[in-house]
Amino acid sequence: MTNHEKSNHMDLIADQIAHRFGGLDVLDKVSFTVASGEVVAIVGPSGCGKSTLLSILGGLLQPSAGRAELRGAPPADSLNPLTFVFQDFALLPWCTVEANVEFPLVHAALAVAARRAVVVDALRRTGLSDFRGAYPKQLSGGMRQRVGIARALAVRPAILLMDEPLSALDSQTRELLMEDFIDLLADGAMGAVYVTHNLEEAVRLADRIVVLSRRPGRVREIVEISMTRAERGAIDARGKLLALQNDLWSLIREEAIDAEREVQHA
Amino acid sequence: MPSARCSMLDRAPQETQAEESKPRPVAFRGAGFTPSGGRASGWIALALVIALWQLAGSAGWVNPLFLPAPSAIAVAIYKLAMSGALWQHVSASVVRIGSGWLLGTVAGVVVGFAIGLSTLARGVGITFISALFPIPKIALLPLLILWLGIGEEPKIATIALGVFFSTAISVYSGVDAVPRNLIRMAQSFNVPFHAIVRRVVWPGALPSILAGFRITASVALLLVVSAEMIGAQFGIGAFVLQAGNLMQTDQLLAGVVILSLFGLAVGRLINMLEARLLHWR
Repeated sequence: MTNHEKSNHMDLIADQIAHRFGGLDVLDKVSFTVASGEVVAIVGPSGCGKSTLLSILGGLLQPSAGRAELRGAPPADSLNPLTFVFQDFALLPWCTVEANVEFPLVHAALAVAARRAVVVDALRRTGLSDFRGAYPKQLSGGMRQRVGIARALAVRPAILLMDEPLSALDSQTRELLMEDFIDLLADGAMGAVYVTHNLEEAVRLADRIVVLSRRPGRVREIVEISMTRAERGAIDARGKLLALQNDLWSLIREEAIDAEREVQHA
Repeated sequence: MPSARCSMLDRAPQETQAEESKPRPVAFRGAGFTPSGGRASGWIALALVIALWQLAGSAGWVNPLFLPAPSAIAVAIYKLAMSGALWQHVSASVVRIGSGWLLGTVAGVVVGFAIGLSTLARGVGITFISALFPIPKIALLPLLILWLGIGEEPKIATIALGVFFSTAISVYSGVDAVPRNLIRMAQSFNVPFHAIVRRVVWPGALPSILAGFRITASVALLLVVSAEMIGAQFGIGAFVLQAGNLMQTDQLLAGVVILSLFGLAVGRLINMLEARLLHWR
């Protein structure tokens, strides 16, 4: 038994992942590791395969080559170690907020009382306790994403797989939810893979940023951010973060322009 | 004079400018294209048509043999009810519709789900449904009589066949229309297949399934009348045919009114089902 397994640490490894849709190469030999409790952002030009990569990492898509691996053991109480937070929230419109959060637990080996307690706790942590009886259509986009987050928290994930979770929201709601993400990930108990096209979100949240090249997506660079997330909130850190954001943009810019042109020609 | 004329002409643009500088409401241009269902107007229109019809009958504008007045139809319905014949005919039709619709619906839902969820069933099922759906099912009644005898079975089977195809199509269309992101979400939480079908696919397909019920209820009504006209002693279809043969147009229209009321009742029932099951929409 390794040290990882003994300490209930679980790493997620992308090992030479390649994927092809029909005749189109989308990903090519993508490798990196998400260590336990680490937040890794994936950025790159449009169409570079970020979301495809996340689907492969989460076991929702079979790669054409390479594989996604787990090393170590998740926390003993984790019901779903790799848990998605979706861009479009993916809420069941016929279920209330409470039933949506409870949805992944119904088939888990949990007593009814324990299940209720988990749901109540997840609703409390996401500020949804007063909306438990509401239906998704009655909620704003931000509230819907909170339900998606509460549902993810209810299964106590080891690693959250977030696919542009803020992109469908207005700027104020994005800011509020970003603060929530920072709080949720503050204690390092939970890791995350955060796919985004928004570089500001990436530099605020991630410990490392994987920059993918234009299609087929390859790892172009992995940028480490040395500041803690708490330090990044300070006013004097803003200059450094902005510089980092500019560096990332300079890495992506030319390919983003090419990708945009390709879309226009298509 | 020229100077006065000149000054009048000069004043005109100034007045226009003064007019333009006054605040005035922006003209509303957003009217129309948002019809709302006014219930009262529908009932009033219906009452007016019936009143006009009655007037035409009472005043002798139309021959009552060709178009009996509404009052004569009401009397015919009353007499039918009092004699017990109404119940005899209606109950025969209801039993046929109920059994045929239930059989066709159950089979259609099962096959529709299979086609919606299984590649093999889709390949086989869609070919058969495409080939058999366009056949008018009433054309199969003689064959069904040959196979099943002259009792209730061929009539029920005709209705079941008509209901089956429409149900299967609406069910698999509904299953296809369930957002894939919801299924992927459930898979990402390791929800078992049967639970995904029950908790995601079924409620997601329900709007289309209930819309299909509305269509199949009409199909069942159409087929029961046709089947009863071909070979039945009792039933609304048989009653309407007998009345037509005897030129009893008041009784014939009484049968038509009963069919219309039956259709309305079924529509109402489906509305109630939709309100109860699809309240989240």
